[in-house]
Amino acid sequence: MIDIIENVSKESGEVSANKIDWLTVCKIEDITKNTGVCANFNGKQVAIFHMKKAKDSDGIGGISEVKAVCNVDPFSAASVLSRGLITEKDNQFFVASPLLKQEFCLETGQCQQDDAIAINTYKARIDDELVQLMEA
Amino acid sequence: MSEMKKSRKQKVVVVGNGMVGHHFIDQLISHNNDDFQVVTFSEESRLAYDRVMLTSYFIGNTADDLALTSPQAYDEQGVEYFIDTQVVDIDRDKKTLITATDQIISYDKLVLATGSYPFVPPVPGKDQKNIHVYRTLDDLDAIAESAKSSHVGVVIGGGLLGLEAANAIKQLGLQTHVVEFAPRLMAVQLDQEGGDLLRSKIEDLGVCVHTEKNTTEIIAGENCRYRMNFADGSFLETDTIVFSAGIRPQDSLARISGLSLGERGGIVINDQCLTSDENIYAIGECALWDNKIFGLVAPGYAMAKSAVSHLTRGGLNGEVKTFSGADMSTKLKLLGVDVSSLGDAHGNTAGSQSYSFVDSAAGTYKKIVVSSDSKKLLGAVLVGDTSDYGQWLQLVLNKIELSQPPEYLLLPEIDGDSANAAAGVEALPDSAQICSCYDVTKQHLCDAVNAGAHDISALKSCTSAGTGCGGCVPLVTQVLNSELEKAGVSINDNLCRHFAFSRVELFDIIRVKQLRTFDELLTECGEGEGCEVCKPAAASMLASLWNEHVLAEELVGLQDTNDNYLANMQKDGTYSIVPRVPAGEITPEHLILIGSIAKKYNLYTKITGGQRIDLFGAQLNQLPLIWQEMVEAGLETGHAYGKSLRTVKSCVGSTWCRYGVQDSTEMAITLEERYRGIRSPHKVKMGVSGCARECAEAQSKDFGVIATDKGWNLYVAGNGGMRPRHADLFASDLDDATLIRYIDIILMFYIRTAERLQRTSVWLEGLEGGLDYLKDVVINDKLSINDELIVQISHLIETYECEWKVTLNDPQKLKRFNHFINSEALDSNVIFTTERKQIRPAIKKNIVMI
Repeated sequence: MIDIIENVSKESGEVSANKIDWLTVCKIEDITKNTGVCANFNGKQVAIFHMKKAKDSDGIGGISEVKAVCNVDPFSAASVLSRGLITEKDNQFFVASPLLKQEFCLETGQCQQDDAIAINTYKARIDDELVQLMEA
Repeated sequence: MSEMKKSRKQKVVVVGNGMVGHHFIDQLISHNNDDFQVVTFSEESRLAYDRVMLTSYFIGNTADDLALTSPQAYDEQGVEYFIDTQVVDIDRDKKTLITATDQIISYDKLVLATGSYPFVPPVPGKDQKNIHVYRTLDDLDAIAESAKSSHVGVVIGGGLLGLEAANAIKQLGLQTHVVEFAPRLMAVQLDQEGGDLLRSKIEDLGVCVHTEKNTTEIIAGENCRYRMNFADGSFLETDTIVFSAGIRPQDSLARISGLSLGERGGIVINDQCLTSDENIYAIGECALWDNKIFGLVAPGYAMAKSAVSHLTRGGLNGEVKTFSGADMSTKLKLLGVDVSSLGDAHGNTAGSQSYSFVDSAAGTYKKIVVSSDSKKLLGAVLVGDTSDYGQWLQLVLNKIELSQPPEYLLLPEIDGDSANAAAGVEALPDSAQICSCYDVTKQHLCDAVNAGAHDISALKSCTSAGTGCGGCVPLVTQVLNSELEKAGVSINDNLCRHFAFSRVELFDIIRVKQLRTFDELLTECGEGEGCEVCKPAAASMLASLWNEHVLAEELVGLQDTNDNYLANMQKDGTYSIVPRVPAGEITPEHLILIGSIAKKYNLYTKITGGQRIDLFGAQLNQLPLIWQEMVEAGLETGHAYGKSLRTVKSCVGSTWCRYGVQDSTEMAITLEERYRGIRSPHKVKMGVSGCARECAEAQSKDFGVIATDKGWNLYVAGNGGMRPRHADLFASDLDDATLIRYIDIILMFYIRTAERLQRTSVWLEGLEGGLDYLKDVVINDKLSINDELIVQISHLIETYECEWKVTLNDPQKLKRFNHFINSEALDSNVIFTTERKQIRPAIKKNIVMI
């Protein structure tokens, strides 16, 4: 796995070859709030979601946060999770597959409809308006 | 051992394949298909059909629509049948039947379901051409044939069937008269005042009513074909005559074979429906029980059930059901006028008292007959408004003590009084028959609710209650609600965990508070951040009210899969594209263009069921490229991805077709262009046919329009797909403007009041009061909201834009149409192979990662 990361990042040339570094994929303004995009991250398809709550606990406008999971829907093998609907339950965020609507937790990757299935997650952050990913 | 078990099947022969004969067969087979061999004879040229709905034959229903069974169905059920075959004798000793063609058929048990025949009084001149009776589809064909050479039609007999016949004659476009011997219409069911109101309502519709007329002869006329002379010296000229002066039991076969008959005819039966021969049953209108003939279908069905129960020794549960008479209460719509009569409508009970209430402004008449102590309702007459029928019938049948002075029953319902209704249901005994068509008791309904039927459509489909005449649906709904409440199942119609409101309530909140975004809605009345239920529902409601672009920044995150990228996602993550082809009319240039685009982008191409073309296999980044070419050539989005109007299917209509009576294609284009893009609770399909042949299959659509020679018939709430439903006739012979106005109002009313993802069919079935209520809302503006609905839908129509055209001009929206945010590459996971010369997704093993 480490090999792949290094190969790709060398090719892309944009980022440091250091596997533990954060890698910038886009600006936060590139992701419409409460939707997702797909990024090529070290040769893998990663779905990144931009959540902005209607109101935070202080009642004022929400703060943006990002989460990243594997973009491939394990039920269909199609690369579509970035195009899924973001859902919330008990203060946790999920993405519903746009195909058959199974939900995956954006924190843990766990599928809500099938305990045996989970998808990869990635670390994601907003750093000075830039969206950055790192292997979890 | 299996040899021993296989004792010979009992051979049951049913003479007469009318509604009751068929019901008997149906019940017997569903009880026990293994022990009986069933044979049936029909004198008519077809198997059982719905005689109650006979008149609808003239407003578009075909013989097939009315059919209660089919040769295929009988074949599959192992029922042997003979049509066009008259049984002329019974040899009761040998237990055989002899047919008119000298066939001999043996039986173990015989069921006589020979029905009745129309009584034609011995008037000189009655046996001429163009003089008919009203009983069978063949009679109707003959009447329709006569109508072609007639201007005036007369029905002799102003009873229930006579008025049905008058309706038929009127539908055929004849100047219509009803001639009645008695001093009022429907003398059996109504009192004088009720009869008078019915008469004035019918006369308002252009039907002339002549009462107290005794026809003495029919001779050649001067201006018309015939002249009818009456005993009082007056006369009436007419081209066609239909006799509907009552029925007589068809008992000739029983008479020949020596079975006991009543003094005035009818085959005498006991409580098991057995005749004087223990191997012969008689059921339906030919049977005489307690010296009474029952001329309605429900008692006939009850007899059929008793006979089956006796024959099968109680069937599975061993409880033998006997026939113990039947309530002859009726609720009908005659020539568009609601009429009902229940219990002792004439106050024949000793000491009974009656009260009546006339609302001449509304044109309604209500009379109740109560017991001498004013504690019990004995009977009633309702004309113009029969909404109390179900409730009152239960009061009569179950002899429930009135909780208030009887005159309260007559007063118009005051707001907040509906609690009484629920209490009424509570008061009913478990044995109360709620649905008389299918003999469903309150106990049956309660059991079904407790077994999980928690909504009206589930309850209908598992008990059949309310699926016959539909008159009991309000009552069934009350039983459902009261039972759910008792079981502690709160009737929770909250949209989801984020909103403690139903869709209808949320729609009103958004409308009244003028909310424009999901965030505003959440702040106003929700909690949390939303989910797969409330987000698309909110997106739909916001679009239905304000019609903003679905990809606007505040709305895009709410959209379901297909709306999200204005295309239909397929199993491999690629999309299909459907340009709008209004009414399926397409120029060769557009056809070629679509073909060349499909070729250029290597798309799988298929003709859809909605008369357009679907192009499959486009990747996300190709969507704007393809649409750029489409839009430049003048094509627009077809909204195949939206919960909105899909297509208006049409036939070619009067412009080309030699049968067409209206230009159905033009009307379909008008409708498709009017309603395109309007978001609704679910997808909406329409169809327009240019004549009664119905090539556009409009009756399977949410809105179906069928041309008549006078305009358009509008049908509503049809459905194909997994839950097929024939659309209901909403209104007839509409001009263009009225047709469109009605569709405007119904569509917007549906958008306002349906549940999320509820098609019009389920919506209408769940609407309390059903089709009649919808008519009242739309045609009579019962809720006084039509102006508002029209304003709303006009806004949607005026603000229509092609969503793709707008998207192509907006770089912000276009940015989303790329597979990667940080690369121009395509999705390497999309792999096609070739099948029948076109692409298709390659089969991949599912990848599962733990």
